Amino acid sequence: MAETKEQKRPLSPFMIGPYYRPQMTSISSILVRITGLALVVGIGLTVVWLVAAAVSEDWFACVDWVVTSWLGKLVYVGSAWAVWYHLLGGVRHFIFDARRGMDIPTAEKLGWAMVLGSIVLTVITIVVASW
Amino acid sequence: MRYLTTRKRAEGLGSARAGTEHHMAMTSSGWALLVLVPVLVFVLARTIGGSLEDVRQTFANPFVAILTALFLVVGMRHFAKGAQTAIEDYAHGGTRTALVMLANAISYLTIAAGLYALIKLAL
Repeated sequence: MAETKEQKRPLSPFMIGPYYRPQMTSISSILVRITGLALVVGIGLTVVWLVAAAVSEDWFACVDWVVTSWLGKLVYVGSAWAVWYHLLGGVRHFIFDARRGMDIPTAEKLGWAMVLGSIVLTVITIVVASW
Repeated sequence: MRYLTTRKRAEGLGSARAGTEHHMAMTSSGWALLVLVPVLVFVLARTIGGSLEDVRQTFANPFVAILTALFLVVGMRHFAKGAQTAIEDYAHGGTRTALVMLANAISYLTIAAGLYALIKLAL
């Protein structure tokens, strides 16, 4: 049984920018990845807040101060948009997996639907949070 | 002398190191999160920023506690797998391995801390 030699394989370059002009399809796709990764900030803050609520009044007061500060509000408004955008991106994956909406005009419309849909859902979330 | 057959030795060693497992895992956790996340977002929107009493009361509700626990496990494993794909696109060699381990560590730490808090709030 011959052992395979370690080979230097060519790596595919990052396409958007130097090779491809930014388009609705590519930008809406990479935003799904960015929002998914960024959500770790909001989820992390929420878990710290939850642990503080479980542990002691002093800790809760401290974390609540951060959560209700302008920075905390910024994190949560950003996270609300990110979570809705990422969720709609997932729905688009399911649509694509069902072999629908793959033609360019429909794919671009789906991208706009994600952008507009996530903004509408974020506004609804802010209304629910502050009412 | 190796007892593994050539076939067995090659399995899982394609360029992606895996077949459809990742796609299937992300699809099934994605469907679960499609149900869990909207409910949790609105529960949290009503709870975050509230008083300690309100927070404890909300998470004392079994429905909210179980929903949050399910989100933590399914959501943070979904995160780790998604982060791994992103890392594998841009990082290579030892950096890649270290970053994938870090993503998994963050995922499991978040799950453990969140479940600890939920259990303590429920008792």
